Amino acid sequence: MIWTAPLVFLFFIQFAAATGIPPVNAPDTMAERVKACITCHGPEDKKGRDAYYPRIAGKPEGYLFNQLRNFRDGRRHYQPMAWLLKGLPDQYLRDMAAYFASLKQIFPPPEPMSSSSADIELARKLIAQGDPAREIPACVECHGNDLMGTAPFIPGLLGLPRIYIIAQFGSWQNGGVMRGQTSDCMSEIAKQLTAAEANVIATWLAAQPVSESLLKREHSAVLSEKMARRCSSIVMQPPELQ
Amino acid sequence: MKRSVIAAAIVGLCLAVFLVSIGFSPVSKKSTVAKPEDNIGKQQAQQARGAYLAHIGNCMGCHTRQGGQPYAGGHILETSIGTFVTPNITPDQETGIGLWNEEDFWRALHEGKGRNGELLYPAFPYTEYTKITREDSNAIFAYLQSLPPVQQHNPPNRIHFPFNFRPLIYIWRALYFEQGIYQPEAGKSDEWNRGAYLVQGLGHCNACHTTRNPLGASQGEILGGGQLMGSNWYAPSLTSLQEASTSDWPSHEIVQLLTVGLSSRAITTGPMAVVVSQSLQHLSKDDAHAMAVYLQSLPKTAPHSRGIAPELTEEVDRQLQHGNKIYETHCQDCHGSFGQGAPGAYPPLAGNRSVTLASPINVIRSILYGGYAPVTASNPRPYGMPPFAHILNDEEIALVLSYIRNAWGNRGSIITSVQVDRSRKGAQ
Repeated sequence: MIWTAPLVFLFFIQFAAATGIPPVNAPDTMAERVKACITCHGPEDKKGRDAYYPRIAGKPEGYLFNQLRNFRDGRRHYQPMAWLLKGLPDQYLRDMAAYFASLKQIFPPPEPMSSSSADIELARKLIAQGDPAREIPACVECHGNDLMGTAPFIPGLLGLPRIYIIAQFGSWQNGGVMRGQTSDCMSEIAKQLTAAEANVIATWLAAQPVSESLLKREHSAVLSEKMARRCSSIVMQPPELQ
Repeated sequence: MKRSVIAAAIVGLCLAVFLVSIGFSPVSKKSTVAKPEDNIGKQQAQQARGAYLAHIGNCMGCHTRQGGQPYAGGHILETSIGTFVTPNITPDQETGIGLWNEEDFWRALHEGKGRNGELLYPAFPYTEYTKITREDSNAIFAYLQSLPPVQQHNPPNRIHFPFNFRPLIYIWRALYFEQGIYQPEAGKSDEWNRGAYLVQGLGHCNACHTTRNPLGASQGEILGGGQLMGSNWYAPSLTSLQEASTSDWPSHEIVQLLTVGLSSRAITTGPMAVVVSQSLQHLSKDDAHAMAVYLQSLPKTAPHSRGIAPELTEEVDRQLQHGNKIYETHCQDCHGSFGQGAPGAYPPLAGNRSVTLASPINVIRSILYGGYAPVTASNPRPYGMPPFAHILNDEEIALVLSYIRNAWGNRGSIITSVQVDRSRKGAQ
């Protein structure tokens, strides 16, 4: 198909000559190509009329790639994402994932937290230690000690709006995030949590500041064998990323 | 009365099954004296040709669900007569077509009949595939049989009453199905005839680019445009100069649109973008050119209905001014202040027929949900249009679209927020 490339150039000339109006310049970059994404996932935290668009900059590449594929193929259900990505092949989704993973974008200021000290204590405990009696692992076990994610498949939890995290917990609990995935560790974990617990965790996470040094640090790359086994439906994946 | 019609239909069906079963008893293979390696070479050549033809016919497009195993079926087709789930056509013996032979396959393509002679629903476009030659049918079959078998059970079709009564297809066929391979037109070039064969037969363009009646039969003029069944997309007329006729295009630009997915005048979106990336980008240079020659030669027709451009009253002018403001904020960066676009990335809106189409459903949809141009070998990382469904309300989308339809020399009807709302609700 190389023979079509000169044609594009030819038309360019033709158009400019015919109208006298110079065409718009579209830079040959990934940043330009993902403009369709950043009306929601934008750098300046630009939001639509509802606030459920998560930060994707700097999340692990494998995680982003899996989510793009899940949205496209209807495993993770969100119709606008499915329409936007319809027909795009894996390779292009991988390029997009790599682009967003490479962004070192400043985090939004932490949300205010007015929880009681007992709630804060509860959140800290669940995040750092979990609750082994109910088979709830510590958040840090998968999402990293700094909660910034584990390469390549586990997302960071900081910099997300409280309301978004609560909505995700709700979706995990009712099976709305990953339809049809039978063994889904995050779904099982979310079902063990009470609404109050999910709420304090979300509130605490959204209230954490992210320092610049944390932002620059590479993702830790170790997921314990136990969790990798338990979460095999999430860490399944393309051989080239393993 | 009703009962006797049904009884007659059942008798007819039994007779047909009987005729089919005696007509197509297994044929004994002719033994030919040839070196085994010659046969292997021939077989490989046939499979390779079949692979090409299967791509051009986009068998995979319907017979693969998004993210699923190629050709294992499970893709959902919503139509006015019910929901079809496409079958597995890999050579798995239990769930696919592993037990089929060349003859069975030919009968499906050419006559619209299943392996046991049962009549197929025309959701499978045998009304077009009947034009395919026996040689091409055999090649496609050889290719499909060479694929790795995939064991995948797909859910059954859910067809509404009374269409779930299969013998009704007899009546349908009597009315709408004309069996027969493509007959080249004398006096036309080989290239033109090749293009016609691909467009009318294997490419089954008319399956989308025409109006269908409530029984799912093509009823409009050939390639005259129509709304896709069960979807909020309009496949434009390929014969109307107000729509997607290419009679005034240079043929190389048609080739470019078909194989790359965009040209300086147009960009393929929605289901057509999928067809380009799955199928048409694989066209050989000669076949792409042949299709262009044929498409260019289609008779020019009037559009279904013309959009009536508004009179420039004060009220309309106020609306367009408002639309202009929205355009400057959200659209101008990419499409330019004169609607000139960016070649190879963002289509021009000035003079763009898909923007001024009488039916605004495609362009409303593009604004609501965005999308990417197709990924093709010569455009592996296309640029995209963002969704605005959550950024602009119905009123704002109507205003900006009315402006675009009436700016820079464009003329088109004013769009109302009701039309946008309907599109939001009806989108699939």
